[in-house]
Amino acid sequence: MIEFALNNAWLIPLLPAIAFVLIVLVFRPMPRVSAFVAITCILISFVLAIHVGIGVIQGGEKFIEEPLKKAVTWFSMSGLKIEMGFQIDPTSAMMLFVVTLVASLVQIYSIGYMHGDKGFSVFYAYLSLFAMSMLGLVIAPNLLQMFVFWELVGLCSYLLIGFWWYKYSAREAAKKAFITTRTGDFGLLLGILLLQIFFGTLDLQELSARIPNFAEYGLTAGALTLIAAILFLGPIGKSGQFPLHVWLPDAMEGPTPVSALIHAATMVVAGVYLVGRTLFLFKTVPGAMAFVAFMGAFTALFAASIAITQTEMKKILAYSTVSQLGYMMLALGAGSLTASMFHLMTHAFFKALMFLGAGSVLHAMHNEANIWKYGGLKKYMPITYWTFLIGCLAIAGIFPFAGFFSKDLILEVVWANSTLSGHAHGPFQGLYTLLFIMASLTAMMTAFYMFRMFFICFHGELRDKHAHPHESPFSMAMPLVVLGILSVVGGWVGWPGLGEGKAFGYFVRMGEFEIVHANWFLIIMSTILALIGIGGAAFIYWKNAVSHEELAKKFAPLYKLSFNKFYIDEIYLWLIHNIIDGLGRLLWWVDLVIVDGIVDGVANTTKVLGSVFRRMQTGKLQHYALVLFAGIVVLVIIMSFADTSVASLSLIGGGR
Amino acid sequence: MNIMFWIIAVITLGSALLMVLNKNIFHSALFMVVTFLGVAAIYMMLQADFLAAVQILVYGGAITIFIIFGIMLTVRGNMKQTNLFSKNAALAGLVSLALIVINAIMVLMTDWPVSENAPPVETVGHIAELMLTKFIVPFEVVAVLLLVALLGAIIIAKEVKKTS
Amino acid sequence: MIGLNHFLVFSGTLFCIGLFGALAKRNAIAILMGLEVMLTAVNVNLVAISRYVTPEALVGQVFAVFVIAVAAAEVAVGLALIVAIYRNRISVNVEDFDWLKW
Repeated sequence: MIEFALNNAWLIPLLPAIAFVLIVLVFRPMPRVSAFVAITCILISFVLAIHVGIGVIQGGEKFIEEPLKKAVTWFSMSGLKIEMGFQIDPTSAMMLFVVTLVASLVQIYSIGYMHGDKGFSVFYAYLSLFAMSMLGLVIAPNLLQMFVFWELVGLCSYLLIGFWWYKYSAREAAKKAFITTRTGDFGLLLGILLLQIFFGTLDLQELSARIPNFAEYGLTAGALTLIAAILFLGPIGKSGQFPLHVWLPDAMEGPTPVSALIHAATMVVAGVYLVGRTLFLFKTVPGAMAFVAFMGAFTALFAASIAITQTEMKKILAYSTVSQLGYMMLALGAGSLTASMFHLMTHAFFKALMFLGAGSVLHAMHNEANIWKYGGLKKYMPITYWTFLIGCLAIAGIFPFAGFFSKDLILEVVWANSTLSGHAHGPFQGLYTLLFIMASLTAMMTAFYMFRMFFICFHGELRDKHAHPHESPFSMAMPLVVLGILSVVGGWVGWPGLGEGKAFGYFVRMGEFEIVHANWFLIIMSTILALIGIGGAAFIYWKNAVSHEELAKKFAPLYKLSFNKFYIDEIYLWLIHNIIDGLGRLLWWVDLVIVDGIVDGVANTTKVLGSVFRRMQTGKLQHYALVLFAGIVVLVIIMSFADTSVASLSLIGGGR
Repeated sequence: MNIMFWIIAVITLGSALLMVLNKNIFHSALFMVVTFLGVAAIYMMLQADFLAAVQILVYGGAITIFIIFGIMLTVRGNMKQTNLFSKNAALAGLVSLALIVINAIMVLMTDWPVSENAPPVETVGHIAELMLTKFIVPFEVVAVLLLVALLGAIIIAKEVKKTS
Repeated sequence: MIGLNHFLVFSGTLFCIGLFGALAKRNAIAILMGLEVMLTAVNVNLVAISRYVTPEALVGQVFAVFVIAVAAAEVAVGLALIVAIYRNRISVNVEDFDWLKW
């Protein structure tokens, strides 16, 4: 079975694809059957993914050094060979596990959440299509296949955000998400093309062999840094990094299971995964690494500072997602595939958990989004309460929850790269020191805004007197429990003490396996920071020791800045209105006056010439005949003057 | 022989010129008949008696009748000023004159492979033989062509019934 | 001595006079007459060359007969056209016939 799963990993994305086709073509009028088909397929994929995972763990060293790759040639021409297939190594095996797990749970959860929706079958079709795309992306052995599925994933995101298309905001959010990510994807495509042009291959393994010797391929370090930066635009868009993060909070217009599946656990980490897959490229040039790390850390801090003041549960979670994605990027930028992928996995657990919990709350509160309308939900929905608490503790990084291990690992790798550790080298130590401070701050803020939301929602008195909250049905509670358990124990796999052959870091890594020794200073510091955040939140929002309204007034400019998301959307709007529209108007003018002028000029010239020359066409046959004979005379004259010999006259019939 | 040629040539060309220059279309038609007869005489000089006879019959007879029918069917009443020059007459004259000169120069410059053999005295039999043996296909085609032209002329000239 | 050249120049001149008539007259029937003269001139050419270059073959004369037949057909169709046009336009003035233009 394990051998079968390893050799036929292509079945994992294929099964959801079959489910998609079946639902769209056959089962659309039958919602229950559709859900059954979709869930069955994704569960089989999940089982296969588990077997792949077991196989990889048993294979150990073999898969780390030499990934299992099977591919068929899609098309080839001289200098270009494109394959489709799959590549199994610990990283992709881990991702397969995470994606199929979250997708399965979300699909089960959706039975309850989407119950009675008109587009129930279509929803499952889209979820299956998404699962197919994401899994295809995960196992892609080359960048082109990755790009194809990357775009498919973007399409699914568009379809699912705009799932409730009759809502204006959902439509707009879907368009925004698609266009924004597409902007980044353009950079990604450029990067892929540049890699193909310079290195002549898109295969990940071949690229990883060739890129470190970039000088042989006529590239300078600066040029390679530029390629890496262009390639990084794709992850910036897809993973909601700083300038292109605007779509992710708006994407919460989609159904909550979608938010959990796509905009928390799986799709948005595609960018992180892509960078992780091409980390050999970034590692070759320290500048690119520093760029990735800085973008990540800045996004983390930036999004956390916005999340502090938001009033919608899903928006807060969305900004938290952006922030955590920044964390993953920071880990990659610090050169640790292990830390990044580890955090990706634990984040998938607890963020999916929190989104599903938020969906549960929304379900109970009849889609009332404002958290200030909630309160005291603890006694109405205990399962949601306890699982949500686990999620919050996990993301805050409290021992022994999953987030503690991964967040600590990230802080450790950044620490190791900074001047603080004392044994770092390279030109960017100072930068990494700054990034470490930013990351620590972010950790504290994360704990604060998470527990702010938690206390407002679940403690105190129910503020909306008309609401009748109730606990969610079994199909929705079960995934919460599963994810809650994973959020508690999921972090232990990354405990460095497990050692060679067992620890997460042994399998998912780049370079040599190092046993990271526990840095007690870091552990204590991050725990204290998290406790400060939680304490502060409890102090303000639970005990109401300080009025949060007073605080908001006191720090009005900062509050407003954060509440309005640093006016990024407004800046974009202004840019689009002024720069792009202005450019459009300029080009419109160019088109209207210059291009059209040329075209019209050509047409007018022809017209004028025609109006002159048409006088020649008198329509009288006599004239034509006259011209014919006059032409003969003129020809004879020309020929006889050009050459007076008989030979030239013979051309027109004379002579012999 | 020489004098005969010159007289016939002058009469033929002169009547052709008069045909062209005359302002009365009917007079032009009469001069055309003279021209055709002159050409028939030229055929005689070229020892082509059969062709001379055909020329008189077809051109001098049939075609002339046709033309006069045409005149009578179109121009009625006063025949004066019925055959005027168009606006491009001067240019046409110039071109024609130039072509006469060019033709003359080219004919005179060319070294013709003249044969000294005498033509057969009796031509009709030979022509008949040629037409019905070697040139039987063109002969039949011309027959068909004449038929087609006959039918075509009738159909074209027939009054078109106004169909709504 | 009258030779081939004389006849050829004669036929060429006759052709050009016919051409002049065809090009310069207004009356369509006059144009038709010019055309007939041109055809006759061509016939003279054929016969003369046949007489002087291949006197015993007579092929030129056969061709002349064909040309005459074609000329007869042409004049029949031409006159039919003129009559048809005249019926439409009450004119045989070719300057009125400018339907070939735009």
